Amino acid sequence: MQKLLAMNGDQAIAYAWKQIDPDVVAAYPITPQTIIVEAFSEYVADGHVTTEYVCTESEHSALSVCVGASAAGARTATATASAGLAFMWEMLYIAASMRLPIVMAVANRALSGPINIHCDHNDAMGGRDAGWVQIYGENAQEAYDNSIMAFRIAEHLNVRLPVMTCLDGFITSHSLENMSLLPDDVVKKFVGDFKPIRPLLDVSEPTSYGPFDSPEYYFEHKYQQVRAMEDAFPVIKEVQREFAEISGRSYDFIEPYRADDADYVVMAAGSTAGTLRQVVDELRAEGKKVGSLKLRLFRPFPAKEIAKILEGKKGVAVMDRAISFGASGPTFPEVRSALFDLSSKPNTVDYVYGLGGRDVGVDDIKVVFSQLMKGDSKTINYLGVRI
Amino acid sequence: MAESDKKYNEYPIGGMITERGSARRYKTGDWRSRRPEVDEEKCIDCLFCWIFCPDNSVLVEDEKMKGFRYSHCKGCGICAAECPKKAITMKEEGA
Repeated sequence: MQKLLAMNGDQAIAYAWKQIDPDVVAAYPITPQTIIVEAFSEYVADGHVTTEYVCTESEHSALSVCVGASAAGARTATATASAGLAFMWEMLYIAASMRLPIVMAVANRALSGPINIHCDHNDAMGGRDAGWVQIYGENAQEAYDNSIMAFRIAEHLNVRLPVMTCLDGFITSHSLENMSLLPDDVVKKFVGDFKPIRPLLDVSEPTSYGPFDSPEYYFEHKYQQVRAMEDAFPVIKEVQREFAEISGRSYDFIEPYRADDADYVVMAAGSTAGTLRQVVDELRAEGKKVGSLKLRLFRPFPAKEIAKILEGKKGVAVMDRAISFGASGPTFPEVRSALFDLSSKPNTVDYVYGLGGRDVGVDDIKVVFSQLMKGDSKTINYLGVRI
Repeated sequence: MAESDKKYNEYPIGGMITERGSARRYKTGDWRSRRPEVDEEKCIDCLFCWIFCPDNSVLVEDEKMKGFRYSHCKGCGICAAECPKKAITMKEEGA
């Protein structure tokens, strides 16, 4: 029996962690992630979990503690956003290259400056090359569900990579939504016990972590990470399948909506995917052959699956809530590259949108569809900015 | 098979070192471009070379200078510079 409750995305993540009861959580508060660690610290104080909760003096230290704890053999989680994630940069790479299955919630927020606390994806997208699995949730329910699946994915012996579970700052992190919670015992059984590989604290089999890696070996270790990312695809599929069994909620790397017979498809990650479906329904009612595609998994990038859905479409607009200055939004080149080898390639364009929390509603997305259908879009467009 | 002939999946993940004392097998002598050689006729076993060697690469037995541990000597030349009898000369590797 699943409980139906009103929760925001941050509370939902804290609740998932409470049910999972990680060995170590080390964090530093930053808006809009703060509710996660605040709510979780109350679970610690009230004795609902046995987690060792470490209040560090910075995000750099928070992820450093997580790296040490995970290497020592602890199931470990943290949360951050924006400048906090930027401050973790060095450790992002270290966590991934040391193959530590840390789970980190990121309440996506714009990077300074000028300082801005609202949603865009530039924080997590900037970490795309660090070697973390990245999953973007659309709403509080997904924030909760992704948090539970993340531990299974990260800790799978074929993967052993850190996982970022992203949710849109404020839009998802702070908005109350109806959502279902799984019973504690179901979550515990699903996640199972953490089985560390060669933990530092095992004195019977001493292990060195993070030694110098010379040019003769470093590239082989990087290739191990390449393969771990490839091997994450079937693992994520399997975890999603098992999660559907316990929850009745099915997820995939990407989620097409009315896209089968659509001529024009708009795709986005995060909360905008919900607005997209609303617009698709409205335009379908007017007889327009449109669909949408939600990107849930950004790393590893599901290029094959995207190409399969978008092959033969007339037009595709990729909505990027982030910008790589001097180039385009970060998902656009990857989607376009995924479509490049198709014999029937859609006209594919980029819409950079919603930076610094600029609201994107139904009418804004109708503009995207309208321009896409008329062929009026530029290759790279900046939605709603006063130019 | 040398360590560096192995394939990517034959190493522990994440650069972990899973055996004890493996640094012993790490031979840093191949960084060297010049090697020290000692002229035993000139050497007076004062052991200045042993004292000054920053890498513990001068071999000594019964208080006598017995040559160099080339597996770790990096060819810095400090021994040759400090030798009061000019008994140590630096020779180009491969020459």
